[in-house]
Amino acid sequence: MFQHDRLNNELTFWQKVKELDYILLTSVLLLSILSLFVMYSTDGGEILFHTKSHFSKIIFFFPLMIFIAFFNIKWWHKLSYLFYFAVILLLIYVSFFGIMSSGSRRWMDLYLFNLQPSELMKIAIILCLAKYYHRIKIENVNSITSIMTVVTIILIPIIMVLSQPDLGTSILIAASGLIVLWLGGVKIKYFIYSFIVFLISLPFVISFLKPYQKLRILTFLDPDRDPLGAGYQIIQSKIAIGSGGLDGKGFLKGTQSYLDFLPEKHTDFIFTLFSEEFGFIGSVALLILYSIIIIRILRIGAISRSNFSRLFCFGFAFAIFIYIVVNLSMVLGLLPIVGSPLPIMSYGGSSMLATMIGFGIVLSAKINHKQMIA
Amino acid sequence: MIKGNSGIRKTDVINRRMFIIGAAKIIIFTGIIARLFSLQVNENKKYLTLSDKNRIREWKLPPIRGDIVDYFGNIIAGNLKVYQLHIIPEQVENFNYLLTRLKTLLKLSDKKIEKIVKLKNKLKPWESIIVSENLSWSDFLKINNYLYDLVGVKPVMTISRNYPFSEVYTHILGYVSQPNEEEILANETVQERFVPGMKIGKLGLEKTLENYLIGTNAIQRYEVNAYGKRINQLEHQKGKQGLRVRLTVDTEVQKACGKLLNDRAGSISVMDIYTGDIIAMYSSPSYDPNKFLFGISNDDWALIRNNPLKPLVNKTLSGLYSPGSTIKPIVALSALENKIVSPSFKVKCTGKIELYGQTFHCWKEKGHGFVSLKNAMKQSCDTYFYEVARLLGVDRLNVTAEKFGLGKKVLGDYFDFEKSGLFPNTKWKKNNLGKGWVLGETLITGIGQGYTQTTPLQLCLMTAQIANGGYSIKPRIIVDNNPMPIEEIKRKLKEETLHSQEKKLFKDPRNIKIVQEAMFSSTNELYGTSYKSRIDDPKYQFAGKTGTAQVKRISMRERELDLKIEQIPYKDRDHALYIAYGPYINPRYALSIIIEHGGSGSRTAAPIAKELFKLIIDRNDLRNKQKNFEEIKI
Repeated sequence: MFQHDRLNNELTFWQKVKELDYILLTSVLLLSILSLFVMYSTDGGEILFHTKSHFSKIIFFFPLMIFIAFFNIKWWHKLSYLFYFAVILLLIYVSFFGIMSSGSRRWMDLYLFNLQPSELMKIAIILCLAKYYHRIKIENVNSITSIMTVVTIILIPIIMVLSQPDLGTSILIAASGLIVLWLGGVKIKYFIYSFIVFLISLPFVISFLKPYQKLRILTFLDPDRDPLGAGYQIIQSKIAIGSGGLDGKGFLKGTQSYLDFLPEKHTDFIFTLFSEEFGFIGSVALLILYSIIIIRILRIGAISRSNFSRLFCFGFAFAIFIYIVVNLSMVLGLLPIVGSPLPIMSYGGSSMLATMIGFGIVLSAKINHKQMIA
Repeated sequence: MIKGNSGIRKTDVINRRMFIIGAAKIIIFTGIIARLFSLQVNENKKYLTLSDKNRIREWKLPPIRGDIVDYFGNIIAGNLKVYQLHIIPEQVENFNYLLTRLKTLLKLSDKKIEKIVKLKNKLKPWESIIVSENLSWSDFLKINNYLYDLVGVKPVMTISRNYPFSEVYTHILGYVSQPNEEEILANETVQERFVPGMKIGKLGLEKTLENYLIGTNAIQRYEVNAYGKRINQLEHQKGKQGLRVRLTVDTEVQKACGKLLNDRAGSISVMDIYTGDIIAMYSSPSYDPNKFLFGISNDDWALIRNNPLKPLVNKTLSGLYSPGSTIKPIVALSALENKIVSPSFKVKCTGKIELYGQTFHCWKEKGHGFVSLKNAMKQSCDTYFYEVARLLGVDRLNVTAEKFGLGKKVLGDYFDFEKSGLFPNTKWKKNNLGKGWVLGETLITGIGQGYTQTTPLQLCLMTAQIANGGYSIKPRIIVDNNPMPIEEIKRKLKEETLHSQEKKLFKDPRNIKIVQEAMFSSTNELYGTSYKSRIDDPKYQFAGKTGTAQVKRISMRERELDLKIEQIPYKDRDHALYIAYGPYINPRYALSIIIEHGGSGSRTAAPIAKELFKLIIDRNDLRNKQKNFEEIKI
């Protein structure tokens, strides 16, 4: 059985190179290059700190992605739990020794950049749950033990991240985890029940929110209530996007960002600057690029023989989608402001590292899509 | 293969569920694109405007004030280039070094340095600090020479108000200076156009005509960043200079008035008897309004404020004086009009009369003997006018006096400090003092003492209206736009009188004539009180009436002592007054002169008229030739 042999044998290096998904690879590269130009614009049309730093991260993490892709998906399956626990350990480390910045303790100092373990958790949770659902019998998916297990797996990092405090990332971690639960076959009624419980507990949750978080929700509901204070970001963001028009103000000509009216333009509000300079057409083009990436990942999931690859790809594709939607909804004034970066585009090492690791595993799944995992 | 089966079933579940969220993804992406579309395409205009509002800021520059010119177009309140020194803190490398350099270069005081440091801490680093508002040319040159060493210093050329004739026009024009908050809020136009460093009218016409003179701001549009710092200039919109205002005054006459008054406390007013044009209006002593432009120094201010001759008071408009004998033409006219006396009515003057148990003295102790109206006026016999006033009564006298403009503001709204003065009647006393009128008071009112209070300009208007034949005129200080030859003005004046009784101030023109003749004799006939100051040349010949207003009651002892003026303390000396008009044939100008504590009218005030009439009448031709050169709408 030739085919059987091939499945169980490692592919040669060149076979692996051949099996890479070049459409996905090209799209990610394109996005990286685009992000460099946008970063150059946030620096006011000069190659300054943010552009240089962003460039160095791409230089490190893009090859890392390909490096990861060349490992057999089996290895990633094997390492999944370990990875999850490693990130939990990092979160514990950060909660004690992390770098304090603007009131929250999220980062640990690595030489190259400050690592934010909660970003890695976005990937780790998908890996961990994908492995869990890969291994569990379908009959047991809705058993009490199983449900309790996965809820615990999701809740531990969420509670840790919330205590940093970092509402945005914990929401994204929860969303990533829940989607794998959904894909794994957890009954709809559990989602409905828990949604009802969530709604009922919402007032209590709100009473536990920090004052600035409450303020953000109020501001979201009515940004004009404090235009120079809490509502400033969202108002300026809408002005920037709206004034971009159909074809934008042109590269390096976004007055809102150039004249410093835009807050956080390097990170969470990077889309605002992009949209101001490149307009509706540019924004839609960017969304199409993201869509291509998501569709490619979904396709890889669909052709994968192992349910682990499938669950991971679908889960990761959905996670990327959620990041984009949460970020865009935020800058477009459709959701309250929660810190959430735009994948690859936003300045920030951890987010890019996590995303690149995700792409790497997806590519590994592509190369080994015929691989069965026991 | 149960396990394989389970794997396949699991795959089915995963795939099915993937499709459900796949569909959800498409819907959500569509929603986001719809939102993008609504912001960027549908509401693009709204957000573009908001974005421009964010980034474009306007800077208003101080408007340039309109010039004020005299009748001949000479600028009497203009604008001058001034040199200023600004520091832009963010460009300064070493602030302390810069300050020490400037301190030695410009000889700045420690206080000034302190002020600059305080300002620096208050302002944003890109907002300029004005170190000196008015640098001398030599200092400006010095700064420019050392500019290489003064990083962050900016020499600036700007425009400031200037009064080229210094003190000559102060009491007419007032001056401009930096407004306080109340003054800004009081005037909407100022409020709208105000920018720091701008000056507004504080007094006089500068204040009254503020809205005409102010001009509109030049506007500079800059692109600014989120912190308000200017990034680059987008547009410069020029402002419009304020309106040019042309006054009726003649600088030569005005200057001559100042010279003749020679810093004595007093006032001279000159008026065109037909047009009501004020030719000159000088209150003395005056002060230099230029000193107020950049904030007057404490020493200068103390000097002005503490001067006992009260330079801050506009004596022409708000100085109140007893008219003294200058009221006599009105008393005479009133008596004639009311048919109390005829020109041939005579009174015997013995130097005093005793009435109601009181003695009323004539200024001439020996008395004038039998005097008629003309002689009484000529020699200013008090006894005659006591008698006439007694016969006439104060109420009838009051009617005539008010007709001729006493007790009313002359220029109305143009000067907010103008006083209306007072001409009493019995009703006034009852209402205001709560006491009945005493007949003795009628007597002294008849010689211009007592309750009567007039401003010099009122006396001038009164004289002008006697001179023009008894027609009411409206005095004015600003030239309007319909110049008419003098004949036409005269004709119109008479014509209007036919239609409106208000314009005609007399019943019988002969009565006016009689008073005019009496005034003529007072100046031009032997024994007339101002005979010494007469001019025989008919071209300049004028008619007038002296007045000597007592500032305090003369006691019996003082009367016996008959002191010379130098022997009386300044404060107790009489005010010297003179009213006149000329040329006697074909009159055109009237004037009133008052010298505070000047002694007698004939000795102090009348000689000034002699000097002045020559100049006024010589300039009449020039004045007639002067055309209206510009449209001014006020």
